[in-house]
Amino acid sequence: MPKIEEEKGYVEVVGGRYKIKGKFHIIEPNQPIFNKDTGRLAGITNPRDMTYIHSYGGEAPFFEALGKGRLLATRCDNDKCEAKGSIFEPFRIFCPDCLQRASIIDITEKARNTARIHSFIITHRSGAFNTLPLPIKFINVEFDKEVVTILMSVLAVGEPKIGLRVVPIFRTKNPTYTITDLMFVPEGTEELELPKDFTF
Amino acid sequence: MIKFTDKQLKIPKLMRPVYLVTAGMSKFDRSFPEMRTEELCIEAFKAAANFVKMTPSELKGFIHTCYYGHFADHFGDQLLGEAVIHDRLGLDPLGNIGIKTGGATGGSAMWEAVKAVASGYSDCALALGWERMDEVPTDEGNHLIACAADKDWETPLGHIYTGYYAVMAQRYWKIFGKEEESFRKTMAEIAVKNRGYARMNPHAHGPMKITVDDVLNSPIIAYPLRALDCCLMSVGSACCVVCDEKTAYEITDHPLRVYIAAGSHTLRVADRRDMKIPLLPNETPGQYDDLGKKFPGGDRYPGFTSFLAARMAAYYAYHMSGVVDPTEDLDLVELHDAFTISDIQTYEDIGIRPYGEGRDYIESGDAYFINPHTKKPGKLPSNLSGGLLGCMHAVGATGLMQIAEVGYQIWNRWDEIHKPDEKWKAFNREKPKDWTSLQIKGAKRGLAISHAGVGSHVTCTILMDPNYLLKEE
Repeated sequence: MPKIEEEKGYVEVVGGRYKIKGKFHIIEPNQPIFNKDTGRLAGITNPRDMTYIHSYGGEAPFFEALGKGRLLATRCDNDKCEAKGSIFEPFRIFCPDCLQRASIIDITEKARNTARIHSFIITHRSGAFNTLPLPIKFINVEFDKEVVTILMSVLAVGEPKIGLRVVPIFRTKNPTYTITDLMFVPEGTEELELPKDFTF
Repeated sequence: MIKFTDKQLKIPKLMRPVYLVTAGMSKFDRSFPEMRTEELCIEAFKAAANFVKMTPSELKGFIHTCYYGHFADHFGDQLLGEAVIHDRLGLDPLGNIGIKTGGATGGSAMWEAVKAVASGYSDCALALGWERMDEVPTDEGNHLIACAADKDWETPLGHIYTGYYAVMAQRYWKIFGKEEESFRKTMAEIAVKNRGYARMNPHAHGPMKITVDDVLNSPIIAYPLRALDCCLMSVGSACCVVCDEKTAYEITDHPLRVYIAAGSHTLRVADRRDMKIPLLPNETPGQYDDLGKKFPGGDRYPGFTSFLAARMAAYYAYHMSGVVDPTEDLDLVELHDAFTISDIQTYEDIGIRPYGEGRDYIESGDAYFINPHTKKPGKLPSNLSGGLLGCMHAVGATGLMQIAEVGYQIWNRWDEIHKPDEKWKAFNREKPKDWTSLQIKGAKRGLAISHAGVGSHVTCTILMDPNYLLKEE
C-alpha cells in the first residue's frame, strides 16, 4: 500500500546540513517463525522500513537535467591528458585517467542523431522496489565515437534490436530525479506513443 | 585505465612459497531455517581439521591470522559479522579482516591469506567464507544483489542483476555465437554438464539430471538466459588453510603449492573503454588483428564480450606459476559459471581457447570428465564440483569451495569427500544409484577462477603438486 502523506519522510539541505522532516520508518512487530512439523521455534522476522538519504554530489546536474529534457555528459578537456576529448556517458565527475574534474556538456542532440542499441535483453522479472512496468527492455546505448562509453537504459516503445537507431525521451512531467527519468524509443516514434509523463 | 605501464604489468612475486594444507566445506543449500551461520562455518572448519586428521583445536593452534570472505552484510542485517564468526570459531585474539569483492569474495580472501604468508607476516593463515542469502524474501534478495550494480545508474532499472549481465550474453551471442542455434545448444550443454557433475557431490545444492532441451525449455529469466542457464543462490561456508613450507609439512605430508593473482575492471560495463587485447603466454602478437573481420563487432575489446579482469588475473598468475598453455599445463579447472555464457567468455579470457572460439572447449569434449566424443578422459575437465550452476553460489564461500575442489583432486582424495554414504545420509541427501567417481587420475595442477559482478574483480588461483612445478624457483 502506498504511504499516506503523514507516513512519508522528506529531506532538504539547509545551511549545508540535511534537514529531515516527516516519518522515516513505521515500526512493525517481530513475528516468530515456527517449524510446522515439530512445532518448535526456528527463528524470528525482523521487519524493516528504512529510507536511505543519498547525495548525488557532482552527478546532481545530470539527474536534474533529465526532468528538463536534457541529456548531460562530461568530457575531459585537460590538454595534458591522453583521454582529452573523450566524452563520458555515464557521466563521470572526474576523468578516469588524469582525475581532473571533467567539463559538463549537453549531448541531447548528439543522442538524438547518433544513439543506437549496442545490446539489449528483455526481462520478465524484477527485484523488490522496482518501479518499471514488466517486461523491462534493457538496452545499452552507444553514441558516436567521441563518447567512449555505453549507457544502460530502457526501451519504452517497440522491440529492441542490436543496431536499432533510438532517441532519448525524458520524464519532464512529475520527474522522479532518478535514472528512470531517461528512456529511449525507436527513431520515428510518435509523441502519442510515449509513456505517461514522458516527452522528447 | 586503457594503457598499462611496465610497473603495472610487473609479475607479482611471493616472497616465499605458500602451500595449501587443507580445505573444508559445509553442506550447501537454498536455506537453512534451523541453522545459524556460525554453525555452517564451524562445519566447514571442522571438515578442514578432519581432512588433516587433527582436532579443530590442534589446527587452530597453527593459525596466526584470519581472512573472512562475506560479501553481503545487508542480507544478514549484521555488520561486523566477521567478529561474530571469529569469536564462535574461538580464534580471538588473532587479527582478522573481512573481505568483500562480490562473487570473487572467496578468491579474494584466499589472495589476502596467501599474501600474508608470502610476506612472512604469518606462517599459517585461515581463509574462510560464507554467505547467508536465505533470510530475506527472494525479490528483496534480488534487490540486494542488484545493489552490487551502480545504485544510481543501474540498480533503479529493474533491481534485477541478471538484467545487467544478460546484455553481455546478448552481445556475445550475436557476435561470437552468430545467433546460431548450435551455439545456444552449446551454452545449454554447460548447464547439463555442471548440474550433472553436481549429482556426484553430496555438498551440492542443485544437482540435476537434465537434457539440453530441458535447459532450452526452462523459463526465460532474461533472454537468451533461461532459468537453467543461471547459477544457484545458496547458503553455506568453505575454508582453506595456507602455510609457509615449514609449517605446511608440520600439518601434512602433501601440501600443494599456491599461486594467486587478481584483476579488476569497472563496476559498470558501461564504462569500459576500448583497448588492445593484453596477450597471454600462449598467444602471439597480431593474433587478434582480424578478430573484427572474423566476428563483426568483435574488435571492440573488452566491450561486452570479455572480462578484462579475468584476463589480467590469468596474465599475472600464469607468469607467476609458469603456466604457458592452460589446456596442456593444467589437469582441471573450476570456473565461475554464474551463467552459461560467462563460462564461455571465461574460456577465452584465461586462454583455454582464443577469443571468439570459446565454444570449442565444450564442443570438442575437452571440458568433460569423459569426453563424450572419444569416451576417453577429457583434456581439461571443468567444474567437476558442479560449479555455481550445480554445486552452489554462497557468494563469500564460492571461490574457496572451488579452490578446495581443485585441491581434493590433486590430493587424489576426491572420493573421500564425495563418496561416503555416511555423508550423504548426514546431509539428508540421496546418493544417486549411478554415483561415479570424478577423481581425475594423476591430477597434478589445477586452477580456480573467482569472479565478481559483471567482471569487476577476478582472482586466479593455481594449485600444483610441489613435485610437478612448472617453473624453476
